[in-house]
Amino acid sequence: MEAPAANDVILSVRDLVTTFDTDAGRLTAVDGVSFDVRRGRTLGIVGESGCGKSVTALSIMRLLPQPMGQIRGGRILFEGRDLATVPPAELHRIRGGRIGMIFQEPMTALNPVQPIGRQLSEVFLLHRTKDAADAWRRGTEMLRKVGIPAPEIRMHEYPHQLSGGMRQRVVIAMALACEPAVVIADEPTTALDVTIQAQILELMQALQRDLGLAVVLITHDLGVIAETCDDVIVMYAGRVAESGPVEAIFDRPAHPYTRGLLDSIPRLEGTRKARLRVIEGMVPSLRDLPAGCRFQNRCPHRIDRCATAPALEAIGPDHAAACHRWRELPPR
Amino acid sequence: MDTPAATAPLLQLENVQMHFPVREGLFLRSQRSCRAVDGVSLQLRAGETLGLVGESGCGKSTLGKCIVRLHQPTAGRILFEGTDLAALGQAALKPWRRHLQMVFQDPVESLNARHTVGEIVGEPFVIHGEGDARERRERVLGLLDKVGLPAAAADRYPFEFSGGQRQRIGIARALALRPRLLVCDEPVSALDVSIQSQVLNLLLDLQRELGLSYLFIAHNLAVVKHVSDRIAIMYLGRIVELAPADELYASPRHPYTRALLSAIPRPDPRGTRERIVLQGDVPSPINPPAGCPFHPRCPHATDRCRVEAPALRPAPGHADHTVSCHLDL
Repeated sequence: MEAPAANDVILSVRDLVTTFDTDAGRLTAVDGVSFDVRRGRTLGIVGESGCGKSVTALSIMRLLPQPMGQIRGGRILFEGRDLATVPPAELHRIRGGRIGMIFQEPMTALNPVQPIGRQLSEVFLLHRTKDAADAWRRGTEMLRKVGIPAPEIRMHEYPHQLSGGMRQRVVIAMALACEPAVVIADEPTTALDVTIQAQILELMQALQRDLGLAVVLITHDLGVIAETCDDVIVMYAGRVAESGPVEAIFDRPAHPYTRGLLDSIPRLEGTRKARLRVIEGMVPSLRDLPAGCRFQNRCPHRIDRCATAPALEAIGPDHAAACHRWRELPPR
Repeated sequence: MDTPAATAPLLQLENVQMHFPVREGLFLRSQRSCRAVDGVSLQLRAGETLGLVGESGCGKSTLGKCIVRLHQPTAGRILFEGTDLAALGQAALKPWRRHLQMVFQDPVESLNARHTVGEIVGEPFVIHGEGDARERRERVLGLLDKVGLPAAAADRYPFEFSGGQRQRIGIARALALRPRLLVCDEPVSALDVSIQSQVLNLLLDLQRELGLSYLFIAHNLAVVKHVSDRIAIMYLGRIVELAPADELYASPRHPYTRALLSAIPRPDPRGTRERIVLQGDVPSPINPPAGCPFHPRCPHATDRCRVEAPALRPAPGHADHTVSCHLDL
């Protein structure tokens, strides 16, 4: 990519290939995905179920279900190491210490039979201090930072005593506890109501500003992407369809899939009861991927050439698309 | 607006309440109640779509289930073409059930995995004793065709279908008895973006073709606005605002509606609007706050709001736009 930003890159994923061994054979969930995550910026990964966005996140954190899920190729470069191959002991130090994680469902991310305080202190005990009282004090401070009222009391409560929004704040507190360089958030607000989602997104943005974090935000919600991300990757069936700065993706989408997604969402300012544009058909099964471009069976612009896979090609500043026909497509 | 002429409403709710007993304490003797629906009155006209929006726990699904009488409401009247369904027993209800059908959110859980699609879609005919086997089969195939599924689908099982296709199966079943009203409870929330628009288009087409009325329950205001003629906003078991869809979006009057609208992330990276971020969580319907149910989170709350619950009344100069707020915002 371009030179000046190069030292800003703190996490670089190169040609990641992740497979799952299933009864139906080996399925390739992520097939040659590359991207850079920069300091102080938010990278959004957007796509529909099965596109590989969550598997990408799990691969970075080496949390793939074992033994089915395996990284088969590529590198995950972080602070001078390749996370795809570092030994487990070192991985444990990085995970939760240098890379924080936020999952979709805070109820499953938290241990239901341990008080919040014990789970939060554990993070500090693993990565920062040997002193239990100090860990507890730091945990309380962290709860305060994520906007939980009366944190001294909350530390003694169990996850079920908290609302969904409060639980997600606890998960964020745990992810940020050790001042990580990168936070990976997989659908962090999907399980929350819209007014609570607004609170959590606001909180994440404020914390990011204060701490200079890099965030990888995985979501299916284009609205969340538009409002919180600097850079975007659009994934489809295990590959990157398009990537670029958020304005470029929304103003000048080049890939027919990106265009289709943007056209198909109902908008508040749109005409009521008008037929929505649709992407015909559905995502192909990983068991039965078409040779060549994976979007071809749903693409209105398909030609014979699409039977060979298009490479991700630079089409503008930091903007790339994997489509043979991006030059010829009519402007939107 | 473009809603159908002011004829008698197809459905009229009068002060509908659904309170669930909450048993707790020693020997579960202490009894409080969860006021899931706490006095809802509204009308639904023939051929119109009324959107019902609110966050989890606001009672919107419970209200939907009261209307199709999956719940027996604690109080109030549910007048369908003038007949009070809330007052009818199970036997007397049966002939009415065909007119009110429901489409559920989760197309996996709402379809019996052990039945073929043909059996699922044809079951209403069996229950209501319509037609012989051959006739039923023909009507099932007709329904599948109507919702965009191939005839071959009839002999397959739900698990063989994707989420969007399963939702089409659920819609076909709901349509079997030619209902007048479909209560759609989050019908597209579980679907991927590209599939959502397919199902929304199908619902719009069916409405035009069959003259259906919809009660469209959802939390996504953009989706609701797209399909609805009028929209009701629900909070803690009550309707706080009800207005024609465009009007509600252009000039929301209730502070909750305003916060809800401003909280929706817009797919526009250049958006510069002011977001109203509400503090706190939705209170529990087991112990709702006194006065206006929204006052603990309302940025404009006054002393009056803390003690006196506002009634739903027309906004000045807008007979069709009702709002329950003491303040004239």
